[in-house]
Amino acid sequence: MNHILTYMTFIPIFGMLVVLSLPSKAHNLIRWTAAGITVPPLLMAIWLFVNFDRAEAGFQYVEHYRWIPSFNIEYFVGVDGISITMLLLTALLSFLCMFASFGIEKAVKGYFAMFLLLDGAMTGVFVALDFFLFYIFWELMLLPMYFLIGIWGGPRREYAAIKFFLYTLAGSVLMLLAMLVFYFSAPVHTFDMTKLMALHGAVPYAHVLWIALFIGFAIKIPAFPFHTWLPDAHVEAPTAISVILAGILLKMGTYGILRINFGILPQPTADLSYYFLGALGTFNIVYGALCAMAQTDLKKLVAYSSISHMGYVMLGMASFTPQGIQGAVLQMFNHGTVTAMLFLLVGVIYDRAHHRDIDGFGGLASIMPVYTGVTGLAFFAAMGLPGLSAFISEVLVLLGAWQKYPGLTVISASAVVLTAGYLLWTLQRMFLGKANEKYLTLPEIGARELFTLAPLAVIVVILGFYPHAVLDLMSASLNNLNALVLAQRIALQ
Amino acid sequence: MTAGSLQSLGYILPELILIVTVLAVFIADLVSRNQDRGGELALAGVAVALFALSRLVGTADGWLFGKMVVHDPFALFFKLIFSLAALAAIWMSLDSKEITTNRGEYYGLLVSSTLGMYFMASSSNLLMAYLSLEFVSLTSYVLTGYLRHDRRSGEAALKYLIYGGVASGAMIYGMSWIFGLTGSMDFAQINAVLTQANPNKLALFIAVVLTLTGFGYKIAAVPFHMWVPDVYTGAPIPVAAFLSVGSKAAGFALLMRFFYPALSQLGASGTWRILPGVDWPQLVLVLSMVTMTLGNLTALSQRNVKRLLAYSSIAHAGYMLMGFVVLSNEGLRAMMFYMVVYYLMNIGAFLVVMIVANATGREDIDGYRGLAWRGGAAPAVALAIFLFSLTGLPPLAGFVGKFYLFAAVVRQQFYFLALVGVINSVISLYYYARIVRTMFLDFPEGGEAPVSVGIHSGALMWSLCAATIVLGIYWAPIINLADRSLQFFTG
Repeated sequence: MNHILTYMTFIPIFGMLVVLSLPSKAHNLIRWTAAGITVPPLLMAIWLFVNFDRAEAGFQYVEHYRWIPSFNIEYFVGVDGISITMLLLTALLSFLCMFASFGIEKAVKGYFAMFLLLDGAMTGVFVALDFFLFYIFWELMLLPMYFLIGIWGGPRREYAAIKFFLYTLAGSVLMLLAMLVFYFSAPVHTFDMTKLMALHGAVPYAHVLWIALFIGFAIKIPAFPFHTWLPDAHVEAPTAISVILAGILLKMGTYGILRINFGILPQPTADLSYYFLGALGTFNIVYGALCAMAQTDLKKLVAYSSISHMGYVMLGMASFTPQGIQGAVLQMFNHGTVTAMLFLLVGVIYDRAHHRDIDGFGGLASIMPVYTGVTGLAFFAAMGLPGLSAFISEVLVLLGAWQKYPGLTVISASAVVLTAGYLLWTLQRMFLGKANEKYLTLPEIGARELFTLAPLAVIVVILGFYPHAVLDLMSASLNNLNALVLAQRIALQ
Repeated sequence: MTAGSLQSLGYILPELILIVTVLAVFIADLVSRNQDRGGELALAGVAVALFALSRLVGTADGWLFGKMVVHDPFALFFKLIFSLAALAAIWMSLDSKEITTNRGEYYGLLVSSTLGMYFMASSSNLLMAYLSLEFVSLTSYVLTGYLRHDRRSGEAALKYLIYGGVASGAMIYGMSWIFGLTGSMDFAQINAVLTQANPNKLALFIAVVLTLTGFGYKIAAVPFHMWVPDVYTGAPIPVAAFLSVGSKAAGFALLMRFFYPALSQLGASGTWRILPGVDWPQLVLVLSMVTMTLGNLTALSQRNVKRLLAYSSIAHAGYMLMGFVVLSNEGLRAMMFYMVVYYLMNIGAFLVVMIVANATGREDIDGYRGLAWRGGAAPAVALAIFLFSLTGLPPLAGFVGKFYLFAAVVRQQFYFLALVGVINSVISLYYYARIVRTMFLDFPEGGEAPVSVGIHSGALMWSLCAATIVLGIYWAPIINLADRSLQFFTG
């Protein structure tokens, strides 16, 4: 198991080649092959979850090879408490989304090939410890995503796909420049992130670089004012791709900030992110919730709720308290599971009614009781109801933030009312009241659909009672990172 | 080493082979009824020349023919690119539906043009530089106007000729000033004189700017780029591909040899110092930024794929110039590496354009609608790979090329230039992706001709595609080759 991270990254990428070599008419063969290819990474993720050394703050399962020696570029992967949760989430959601994609009928081979490439690239982003390698995987995600939204998406797919592509590329080229400045400021030129971290931010124009990197990552989160690609991309993307977008791609923004902005540039982080990051997070929470409230398209509502929920992550990170930062990463994980459920549920109803207009339903509770039950669970989880996972992470974030910014915390906590407002109102409009005549014959949620939702629901419930299952994984690394930034802050004062 | 005339012949064996090839092609054209013979002979001749080139690797550097021509690894590297470009162009021409009449002459001219490029890369004397540049230009004019009954082709050739005449006139006037100031046409001698004497700065400035006109015209840099869109649109597609890579590379070879060993001095740790007098890096810095920005912005609104690729080729001249202005060996090495990847992706893109034009007769973007869904999945995928590589997305070779350019720029702390460069990359994504969108995201409306790939074109297309991907993942051999080849012989 020394090469477990390499296997997890490259099994899907080689799987893509396998899928491409299958006959394009054999749809079921392609579907099951693609789904089968995501099983080994999932099993490895479970193995990692069991065997991960929770006391170790540094990187584990490290692999280190020379790649381009003349430029000191290395193949360097490893996992620590910050990335392990994201790695688990990636493996789980990729596996489930394969099954959620079985309904795709157009160019099936291309779809699953692209999906597997995306899967491999996402895993690569979370395990890469060489900045160059990180950048390659980061960009490698764009191509399959562009095609997945652009070919298999909704009516405005072309616009949404290119908008996503242009926004993300604009962010990542800024990262490219920052990466090169890092490279040349190391005494022995290197892209090795652990060595770059050892520089303790001794790079020229560190604050400018921090902002450049932050913009790159903020586009991915997406933080106001770089968020406008998200509703378009989400609404147009096919269900499984929306799940991947919201569940994993958004987390890369906050992961990047933790790994690179916090890790490599602790000094500018201490200078710039006090208030700025927290205030931005709070603004996102309120702004996302207000926008969500105004939506009539269910998918758009979930998209805006993502913006709102990612605000908690930013607020938690900005607090620089152990609770806040752990709450932030836990929220990344919980949002990944909860929002995945929400998008899958949107997909279920869309496949039946062929529209997503919230006001166009009514009384679904009597027509599809099981579906209503699962949706209720997901909605309550998104609302942060005690006993479900998101409650723990939001409370941790607010607890952490309270110690530093009481004002922002009060605003953020009050926004929970807005969240409850739009979710309950949606529940009422769609599921309660008089049943819509048109939809009396809608079939109940199917076994395959339930299969994609059930593991997520179980995780949501378990983590509501026993968050330590995930918190233990990350606390050592996160406390270390937090101490690193705090040391700069204390030095400043 | 200074070789005598007779001894020099051994070092220009590849050139001699090309001359023999040209003659053989012309004779075969007269003797044989089968016009395809010319193409096959040309292909074989260039391949043999390429082999002869490889035998010259590692031989002693030196002056040939009374310091007119220089034999060094730098020249060999560029000759390698010209040969590959010629091979690809001839290979494409064999499948082209445009090249139908007078094929013997056509292949002869193509090989002659390659010969001229060989000398451009190895000339070490202003006179030789001028002669070889004119030789390449003249053959290119004829190749551009090759489609005699096509008005666009004729118009393109005439425009090319007129712009070329003006540019080379300005250049030779500038060269005469340099001769007047230094008393020599020999690059090494010019360098020696400028290092010691302190010439009139204004005069030297005028001379350098005028000389730059001729080189800038060859590499298609703004403001000497006006001929490019018309020529690429009007010329037969294999010729446009050949010019966009071969001619540009030849221009860069001459530009690098004149401005670096002749007008600068190699300092410590691989950085160069300009000689007192003209601050040409500042000038070229502005040209570089304007070239890439103008090329990319104009490409945004193009409807013809060849014209779009023409503007993209202008933009790429701007990218490559980034490596030129930073005065470091890293910059030059990045340019040389970029030349190789540019060869792969640009020839590849033109090749797919030719495949589509052969099948449908169309060169406008609308002709690509739903290409992937009407039997043309292979060329569509290949073109997408080439275009994303031109954009500079990993894991494709174009990204690595740009990465080295940006690395050289950031290393020398030209941060603003780097920023302009990356913003341009984002802009370029929009128009490259527009073609990809038309091929994949739009669906055929019915009535479009199906597209199939011939075995020749297919083989070349997949080889270029494979190379674009492989070099994007493991490029150490090529960057090492560029590193080893970055040696100017200066006596």
